[in-house]
Amino acid sequence: MRQYLDFEKPVAELENKIAELRQMAQGGEGINIADEIAKLSDKADKQLRTAYAKLTPSQKVQVARHPQRPQALDYIRELLTDYMPLSGDRLGHEDKAIVGGLARFRGTAVVVIGTQRGTEMESRLEHNFGMPRPEGYRKAQRLVKLAGRFGLPILTFVDTSGAWPGIDAEARGQSEAIARSTDTFLRAPVPVIATIIGEGGSGGAVALAAGDRVLMLEHSIYSVISPEGAASILWRDPKQAGAAAEALKITAQDLERLKLIDGIIPEPLGGAQRKPQTAITSVGDAIAAELPALTVLEPAALVRQRREKFLAMGRDAQH
Amino acid sequence: MSWLTEYVRPKIRGFLKREVPDNLWTSCESCSQMILVRDLERAHKVCPHCGYHMRPTAMERLAWTFDNGEFTRIELPKVPTDPLNFRDSKKYSDRLKDQRNRSHLDESMVVAHGEIGGHAAVVAVMAFEFMAGSMGTALGEAFIAACRLAILQKAPLIVFTSSGGARMQEGMLSLMQMPRTTIGVEMLNDAQIPYIVVLTNPTTGGVSASFAMLGDIQIAEPQALIAFAGPRVIQDTVREKLPEGFQRAEYLLEHGMIDRVVKRGDLPRELALVIGLLTAGRAMSSIPTPGTEAA
Ligand SMILES: [Zn+2]
Repeated sequence: MRQYLDFEKPVAELENKIAELRQMAQGGEGINIADEIAKLSDKADKQLRTAYAKLTPSQKVQVARHPQRPQALDYIRELLTDYMPLSGDRLGHEDKAIVGGLARFRGTAVVVIGTQRGTEMESRLEHNFGMPRPEGYRKAQRLVKLAGRFGLPILTFVDTSGAWPGIDAEARGQSEAIARSTDTFLRAPVPVIATIIGEGGSGGAVALAAGDRVLMLEHSIYSVISPEGAASILWRDPKQAGAAAEALKITAQDLERLKLIDGIIPEPLGGAQRKPQTAITSVGDAIAAELPALTVLEPAALVRQRREKFLAMGRDAQH
Repeated sequence: MSWLTEYVRPKIRGFLKREVPDNLWTSCESCSQMILVRDLERAHKVCPHCGYHMRPTAMERLAWTFDNGEFTRIELPKVPTDPLNFRDSKKYSDRLKDQRNRSHLDESMVVAHGEIGGHAAVVAVMAFEFMAGSMGTALGEAFIAACRLAILQKAPLIVFTSSGGARMQEGMLSLMQMPRTTIGVEMLNDAQIPYIVVLTNPTTGGVSASFAMLGDIQIAEPQALIAFAGPRVIQDTVREKLPEGFQRAEYLLEHGMIDRVVKRGDLPRELALVIGLLTAGRAMSSIPTPGTEAA
């Protein structure tokens, strides 16, 4: 069952009607219905195109968090072969909010790391809704170092509302784990391509996205704080989340303008959740297009360029 | 490096020796007991009754840290103001103006150099009095400038942190200060410059999850709140009673996250000791690690 967002309601109505007509068609009615279906499909398509051509920041937040959007494990399954998941931080814990391991991407051996939200209640709980604990960030560090030692490029797929704000997470040093993860990525002597596939939630996301290339899917978001959080802190009114989403500049388009990301990957009409396969292939193509220019660089040059890229951010930022 | 040529070199000496009337009283923020203002200032704002560490200004911190209260502040890089043209209930650019007038500071970090126990040192202090010590582009630039100065002077960098977290009014530019300040720390590491963090109350959010947790030595003042997610956020998420002393300096010490909890009055001596020990090994030749020689 397709889940519609509130602004997709007109599309939902049309598509429901189409489904009804299809059912009638199975009952033996003729050509008139086929015509009607074609007309309605055309209309639905146009509705979708209009809606998605001018998504507001808060609509993008909804799309980015759509429960049917492909997740890290979908990208891993579709884009990678020989995937060998690796586990544990070697300090006593394993965190399934962060998944990753060894694999091949279109022939090239890589290390892959992603945040996984889970799809139904059981897997959501297993992956802690994609909110990593310190052990997740320490597992990530371990994988980055492994990649560095064996010269394997690193691909990350980031989709998290943020790091887990729990007692256990704080007790085990969430701050240090995030800081050290960022540090470890920045020092990686191999290419790092990070893709924000849904929600890039604050420090918990940046810890996996300090890469040579940071790409964002067209309707993904990346923010220092959730619009809801900003609304209640800055506006003291949770109902101002829309205004906050606007003001915070969290869309891929805004962030590209601010030169804080390196590229936008187009999504199929109606978002990645409508045609996951198409979205996943686009992401694969974008990564494949970036990788060759990075793999030819010497480790020292790679690290230097990565540092320079981050150091340049904001120095000439103007709205 | 243009910011270096813009050095201002006012010797700020004994500026704290302002006249405090002998009979002016205040009360402790923690135990509420009455204290003579003169006594409180002499005790570096530590309550003589209960030992509570009250929050100093950034300038007080500098004066207490350097020998004889003598130091030289450096001019910090200028950054674009209000890059997002941000407005909540108030325009961010107006908020900045207000804060500048009120705090007499340009931004939420002050950087100075001088001596601590006779050792040359660079000190960066976060100013909580400026927008809750929040981290935006200016702070990131100030921290990186402090790292560069320490490397140029071959002197250790000591940072005193106090921050409510990200400067939300700068959106993602504020988040990007996490990797940017981390690069500053990496430059120090690569140059084998000691980097000492003193966590003070409170240090939370993006600051605690970046340069504040990457020190060679991690010190904290007693009772300082040090957290990634604040206690209220955690309470709202897990709906459990938070443990006694949760996220306080002593709790972090017990959980292996920091090296030492040091009372304010002992800090200058401790810092001098640590600097002396860490710089005693300077003669060692550095062994470059692949991929990290870029700086
Ligand atoms: Zn007291």
